[in-house]
Amino acid sequence: MLSKAKLWLGLVVAALMTLSTNLQAAWELNMTQGVTQISRDTYDLHMQILWWCVAIGVVVFGAMLWSIINHRKSKGAVAATFHESTKIEIMWTVIPFIILILMAIPATRVLTEAYDSTESDLDIQVTGYQWRWEYRYMRGDASEEEVLFYSNLSTPSDQIDNSLPKGEHYLLEVDKPMVIPVNKKVRFLITSNDVLHAWWVPAFAVKKDAVPGFINEAWAIAEEPGIYRGQCAELCGIQHGFMPIVVHAVPQEEYDAWYAEQQQAAVAAREGANSVVTMSAALQQGEEIYSRTCIACHQTGGTGLPPAFPALAGSAVANGDVEANISLLVNGVPGTAMAAFGRQLSPVELSAIITYIRNSFGNNTGDLVQPADVTTILQEAQ
Amino acid sequence: MSAAHDDHHHGPAKGLSRWFYTTNHKDIGSLYLWFSFAMFLLGGTFAMVIRAELFQPGLQLVEPSFFNQMTTMHGLIMVFGAVMPAFVGLANWLIPMMIGAPDMALPRLNNWSFWLLPFAFLMLTSTLFMDAGAPNFGWTFYAPLSTTYAPETVTFFIFAVHIMGASSIMGSINIIATILNMRAPGMTLMKMPLFVWTWLITAYLLIAVMPVLAGVVTMMLFDVHFGTSFFSAAGGGDPILFQHVFWFFGHPEVYIMILPGFGIVSAIIPTFARKRLFGYDSMVYATASIAFLSFIVWAHHMFTVGMPIAGELFFMYATMLIAVPTGVKVFNWVATMFRGSMTFETPMLFAIAFVVLFTMGGFTGLMLAITPADFQYHDTYFVVAHFHYVLVPGSIFSIMAAAYYWLPKWTGHMYDERLGKLHFWMSFIGVNVLFFPQHFLGLAGMPRRVPDYALQFADFNWISSIGGFLFGASQLILLVVVIKCIKGGKKATAQVWEGAQGLEWTLESPAPYHTFTTPPDPKLIHDQ
Amino acid sequence: MKNQSPTSSTKRLVRKLFLAAVGMFGFGFALVPMYDVICDITGLNGKTSGRYTVAEAEPMVVSDREITVQFMAQNGAGMAWEFHPNDTQVKVHPGEVRIVSYRAKNPTDAVMIGQAIPSVAPNEAAQYFKKLECFCFAEQKLEPGEEVDMAIRFFVDENIPEKITKLTLSYSLFDVTDSSKSAQEVTAR
Repeated sequence: MLSKAKLWLGLVVAALMTLSTNLQAAWELNMTQGVTQISRDTYDLHMQILWWCVAIGVVVFGAMLWSIINHRKSKGAVAATFHESTKIEIMWTVIPFIILILMAIPATRVLTEAYDSTESDLDIQVTGYQWRWEYRYMRGDASEEEVLFYSNLSTPSDQIDNSLPKGEHYLLEVDKPMVIPVNKKVRFLITSNDVLHAWWVPAFAVKKDAVPGFINEAWAIAEEPGIYRGQCAELCGIQHGFMPIVVHAVPQEEYDAWYAEQQQAAVAAREGANSVVTMSAALQQGEEIYSRTCIACHQTGGTGLPPAFPALAGSAVANGDVEANISLLVNGVPGTAMAAFGRQLSPVELSAIITYIRNSFGNNTGDLVQPADVTTILQEAQ
Repeated sequence: MSAAHDDHHHGPAKGLSRWFYTTNHKDIGSLYLWFSFAMFLLGGTFAMVIRAELFQPGLQLVEPSFFNQMTTMHGLIMVFGAVMPAFVGLANWLIPMMIGAPDMALPRLNNWSFWLLPFAFLMLTSTLFMDAGAPNFGWTFYAPLSTTYAPETVTFFIFAVHIMGASSIMGSINIIATILNMRAPGMTLMKMPLFVWTWLITAYLLIAVMPVLAGVVTMMLFDVHFGTSFFSAAGGGDPILFQHVFWFFGHPEVYIMILPGFGIVSAIIPTFARKRLFGYDSMVYATASIAFLSFIVWAHHMFTVGMPIAGELFFMYATMLIAVPTGVKVFNWVATMFRGSMTFETPMLFAIAFVVLFTMGGFTGLMLAITPADFQYHDTYFVVAHFHYVLVPGSIFSIMAAAYYWLPKWTGHMYDERLGKLHFWMSFIGVNVLFFPQHFLGLAGMPRRVPDYALQFADFNWISSIGGFLFGASQLILLVVVIKCIKGGKKATAQVWEGAQGLEWTLESPAPYHTFTTPPDPKLIHDQ
Repeated sequence: MKNQSPTSSTKRLVRKLFLAAVGMFGFGFALVPMYDVICDITGLNGKTSGRYTVAEAEPMVVSDREITVQFMAQNGAGMAWEFHPNDTQVKVHPGEVRIVSYRAKNPTDAVMIGQAIPSVAPNEAAQYFKKLECFCFAEQKLEPGEEVDMAIRFFVDENIPEKITKLTLSYSLFDVTDSSKSAQEVTAR
């Protein structure tokens, strides 16, 4: 019997070895050590418990294997008659208990550190949406320009449906990453707009659920500049696998420059609301926005995924009244997955996407929507 | 066996109506076992879809929406349709024979408990053919994804859960009544086989937590249809409350799915080691303490929801404590094997694999209990690997071990040992190739419940899928073995296994339709 | 047959077990108020306790400590209102009563009802954040285009742990037009 087992094992090992030489991709086996004190502590804790488990496993499975080899009937083993021993039973209750205490001490220490979110240098509100993240940098004063943006998956759908080769950061890339300064305590205030999500960046050992209506805290001090990637870690619906997180940690000066640039961009976007756009520019920009914001639900070619996600091709809205179409995008459709994009996109972007939808997928209205039209709807009631 | 008997008590009725009207514990046990095997294959098919989609990065076979339906239905069907009914089936077959009772205490209730199940699962699986699609919110159905954002079919899901819950509760009441009131004279509590003990404790767990599950789905029903806000922040409710109530059910549920397995392994290892079980008393106490602890550890499934640190510490310490009684059990099994006289028939192979692989699942469980480390493990494939290690080579291997062990007693024939061993080795290799690489995937950062993944996860997913197909295909061997064994084979003796002990082995093989209509001779009842 | 009619002791046992199951069903529902009580005591989830009615004496002001209170706002799914705090943060001494406000505006052309849910981070600060007046959990109806300032009068309890120097109050605004008690009134228009 055992020889057959050995044969099988040998085959599997041989197969695995050929495989590992054939495929040169990264064979990551272990948890990342990350770039924060907490992530390194967590890694150490993980390794420590792992080695305890290995040690216990060696003893227990060793004893078992030894019995299996030596105390078999085919070798003429005669069964002993003992069936209890208070001394041994007490021993193997007390020793594991002591090992557990040895494990609990460092675990408690690391947890206490991870929970100390006081004295942060920068606070960022992280809001989960189906299916994107919103980052809002907290300001000291309401008169400052606010930095607020959405972070969408930027992997083209052609790569997901296998019609194009996949890029290096397939599914772990976004159009606009979060940027934070290195060596500063950054506090994340995590919440959600709709269902539960979880914001997870392995390199920071930060994973916190985003709960609608409530805020959760987490924090990190990134010690090395770099790009850190993570993913949503709580099932949040159809596109759960497609809402990655990317954080750029940069030196303070670079961060300051970036932040100022974002503020200027926000001002420019507001002013852009009065600009006039051309059809070709609108279509180009619209296509770009469509492929990062709308495509997940409404699909390539505007076919949608009925009944949850209606088709845009030939839809009554996209071929009907322009104002109604703008209003639908601005205010969303309550009770459905259609979000209110009035807050998520600028008037320029909204006008571009509406122009695109009304002139693509066989829709042929010829309408060119201007940012000012959107602004009118946004402020209609005033 | 029964030809022209007028008295139906002496043999089963003829035809299909036998199975609809039967109140015989052996018939009902068989129904449960066949039902659970059918569900195992159905849930397994869903798992094959999942592994096929994950075979390579990119979306190939199914849409993300259908993928989510598959993960949800796989979980629900395996937990409520395969593992739980299989244990109830074993309880029905074995408990009366083990304690020297003529039947279950409430035979008609027993019939009803079973016949509710096919309807519950028909209702659940019918959602796959509806426009809105099957439930897609995961088997843990966290609100508000399962309430405000759920497909319309959530109502079918809720009623299916209600019905299977009612079935479980009635089954448990029956089992407790049987064990407490129907034992043969001389069968004291501390002489009961461990399988009976573990089931007694499991039945109490079921009565304590299945109603809580019914409560939580009822609250969902109200939120979805009657405008209440138990779990909706908009109306002053709290989505986290859902998780607390769910896991108050969910954690004991985890032990419901493993404790009877402990009982089975505690019967098989002594038989094939030809040596009494080591530390019977401590086994009973360990089972009881695991059951008790299961009520105070639920929030370890929720370390990332943002509990206060005191809560996190309490649930971490309580969870770590479970390692102590679980360790005692493993040590006892090893001590039983130590200096035994072992042979390695199929049931013993499954039982040994159970001890090793369940313990590995226990180790990862201990790692998951460490709160700061759990922040990295939570909701990744590391968790998927952990709970599949305790459920597949844990619960399901114990059920298979039981099937091989008692099959000769049920059918009167020996099963095909060669096929049995082939089934074991293919399952053993398949299950490890399937789930072991998932530890690495989780540690490297792959979240669970995703239909597609980044490129660095490609190789291990590929291996895992191969293991999955191997494991899935091997289960068909079990079907062949069982059918062959029912049709014929070497006649089984009453004793069947040289080292087997207990009242069921004093009965001829196959066990007569009615057994212990007069209580067994007290001299046959051994110390455990 | 004996097995067809359960003995009276079996009947008693079954009755008890059945009652236990019914009791546990009730217990599931009892977890809801129990959870709220625990949240109130521990500030679990950053839940603030209900409106605080100030005692006869004014709270004692601790002037040698200063705490930064940040204000945050976000909308629930499908909520089209503009909603933001008028101050992004204020510095207060523990015990000092302050008034701040949030602004909400209904830009749509329908009458809508909103309701704001508060949450405080860090969780352990929640129980020290005392609101004397607030718009939380109250329904706010806005006509099309209407704007309103909603005030919160609060103080931070002087017993707040030393290490907490900053706390964040967040409001999530939800559209409750359909489920609200005054909904019929709205749809009647």
